Amino acid sequence: MCSSNSDPLVEFRDVTYSVAGLPSPIISKLNLTVKPGETLVLLGESGCGKTTTLKLVNRLLLPTSGMVLVEGRSTTKWDPIRLRRRTGYVIQDAGLFPHFNVERNIALVPTLENWEPGRIKQRVAELLILVGLEPERFASRYPRELSGGQRQRVGVARALAADPSLLLLDEPFGALDPLTRGSLQKQFGELAARLQKTAIFVTHDLREALLLGSRIGLMHAGKLLFVETPEGFLNSKEEYAQAYLETLSLPSDGKRSGGER
Amino acid sequence: MSLVNFLQQNLPELLTLLRQHLFLVLISTLIAVLIGIPTGILLTRKRSLRGPILGIANVMQTVPSLALFGFLIPLPFIGGIGARPAIIALVLYAFLPIIRNTVTGILGVDPTVREAAVAMGMTDRQILTQVELPLAMSVILTGVRVAMVISVGVATIAAAIGAGGLGTYIFRGLRQNDNNLLLAGAVPAALMALTADFALGFAERKFSFNVKRSNTHRNRIAFGLLALVAAAVALITFQSYRADQASSGEGQRLVVASKDFTESILLAEIAAQMLEARGINVTRKLELGGNLSHEGLVSGEVDLYPEYSGTSYTAIFHHPPITDPRAVYDQVKREYAEKFGVDVSPPLGFENTFAILVRGAVARTLGLRTITDAVPHARRWRAGFGQDFMSRADGYPGFTRAYGLRFAEQPREMDLSLTYVALASGRVDLIAGNSTEGRIAVLDLFQLADDRLYFPPYEAVLLARRDSLARVPALREILTRLGNSLSTEEMRQLNYEVDANKRTPAEVAREWLSRKGFS
Repeated sequence: MCSSNSDPLVEFRDVTYSVAGLPSPIISKLNLTVKPGETLVLLGESGCGKTTTLKLVNRLLLPTSGMVLVEGRSTTKWDPIRLRRRTGYVIQDAGLFPHFNVERNIALVPTLENWEPGRIKQRVAELLILVGLEPERFASRYPRELSGGQRQRVGVARALAADPSLLLLDEPFGALDPLTRGSLQKQFGELAARLQKTAIFVTHDLREALLLGSRIGLMHAGKLLFVETPEGFLNSKEEYAQAYLETLSLPSDGKRSGGER
Repeated sequence: MSLVNFLQQNLPELLTLLRQHLFLVLISTLIAVLIGIPTGILLTRKRSLRGPILGIANVMQTVPSLALFGFLIPLPFIGGIGARPAIIALVLYAFLPIIRNTVTGILGVDPTVREAAVAMGMTDRQILTQVELPLAMSVILTGVRVAMVISVGVATIAAAIGAGGLGTYIFRGLRQNDNNLLLAGAVPAALMALTADFALGFAERKFSFNVKRSNTHRNRIAFGLLALVAAAVALITFQSYRADQASSGEGQRLVVASKDFTESILLAEIAAQMLEARGINVTRKLELGGNLSHEGLVSGEVDLYPEYSGTSYTAIFHHPPITDPRAVYDQVKREYAEKFGVDVSPPLGFENTFAILVRGAVARTLGLRTITDAVPHARRWRAGFGQDFMSRADGYPGFTRAYGLRFAEQPREMDLSLTYVALASGRVDLIAGNSTEGRIAVLDLFQLADDRLYFPPYEAVLLARRDSLARVPALREILTRLGNSLSTEEMRQLNYEVDANKRTPAEVAREWLSRKGFS
């Protein structure tokens, strides 16, 4: 048990991903391990390659060179359909199907996997409660009848539906207003801890990274600069990490100077 | 006769035409959907095919419909005259909106939704059927709606190739200058287009997922009912079509065709009724536009149709016009036999030449008798000619050259049957009508004499395929009996009965046959 726990669930070995016509690769020589149960946050500004990294895990993309291993097996060896159905995926704006109601959206993977209707119904209710939505009120609504925060909760529920061991989250709360975002971040943190899910979480928001990450990987221009615990990140002397930390302190400096008056 | 009276008297015929029209539209739209949507889906998968195929569909739609019908006639299997080529043409017109909207609809699906579908582990087929098609459905249905409304319109032209439908009334109404007929054809066609537009618009909204929906349950029932009604209409239409086809029965059969003007229809009707009196099963393909009758005769789909020696001489065999009737007739008879295996009947007894017409009052005031008399005045006149006269070798170009005629402006090209009224009402001052036209006397028009003998003789004859003559001996007998049986005055009178007195060609033909003791 102990040894299997330390086996990485996801491993990047010298992964480079490039697109024909672009001068430099989108990701170059990336090495990374994700351990079972941890939430690894990939932090970086847009265009740094963090979303591409995520897409390499569930074989939405295949590496140009190097290898991505999921449960010890290269993604090129995985049947992409099998791999994706056992990997939860949450994206910004949720990507819910507008022609499915909440229940059918959440039930998507279980339905594709031919679960029994009774079991699906029970599972949907369970998940709605888990993400803080009352099943009676929300199950039959359509995505357009939900607020942004509610949609994102449904997106998380959909990703969890078939009880995947791995969750991939691509800036899931990025489009929400700050109050809703804060509340969802808090709940997601609790949920991840309770469910013991392994998650790779992509964000450009340092606060979110510090709040949710077991470890934080800082990315810049297609390279992974380092992977650190939140404490380690706060104490990092790395130049780029410093720049991030400054964004954290600037608004509070402003506040302080305002308060001195 | 009021429109209400007209409808009361002609309801069965109107219903038949309506049914034919509906059949053409529904079948062709169905075929276009069955081929167009998969084609559209393919184009979303194969980007390299998108340009060429959409380009072809685009060009298809710009081909004028009568021209498209014309192209289709000589083709084996899909061509000919009647419902089949009409359906093919309608399908070709319907392709563009359906294919284009399928492509637009699928490519327009929100990329994050598609990405989510892939990431959830849906297969390509599942993504297509569960995500892309449902989300694109309202756009695809818009395409189907556009295709169907276009089809309702284009199907009116299908009457010109013997496919029936409401266009029959419209063409007839134009020819006879009868507003009741025009309305009886155009109003139901417009209503059909509006109904299709409304029904499919309703279905479209069912698939529009970004608008708030109310009372989904009731809408579903309504949509179901709508689909049922559409299916029932399609079924009934199809069955009665089958019945039409089946009722043709046993025994000897002939297809009698005519061109799309009253005289041609009357002559075809006379021949058809004589054949029927001899127990022969006659299919009428009347009112064919352009030279579709000729094409049909040559391709073997038509056994018999009325023609004019001068028309064949110039328009079919492309000889420069000459004025000796005997020479024209002999030459035409020989060439038909050699080139097409077609026999030319003895002349029916009258000529239908181009009649250069002016208003009677103008002729009397200016003392005009011949075309030469009119030449000095023509510079202040406007002329209106049918499409036929404008384009043929012995028509406008040669005619104006022969007489040195110049008009105040480029002649208006319009439907032949409209030129008579245009002349009488003073919108134009000179037209080229038919010498046997019944309305010449009615509208007080004056025929200027062809003093330079420019126009070749246009003796009416019947053309019959030799294999048909061998197959149906009665046909020969009829051609012989009709020889020299109709004078110009008689023909003008028969035309008048149809055009001015609004009687049906069948009735007028029957009356003439019994008067002559032919039937």
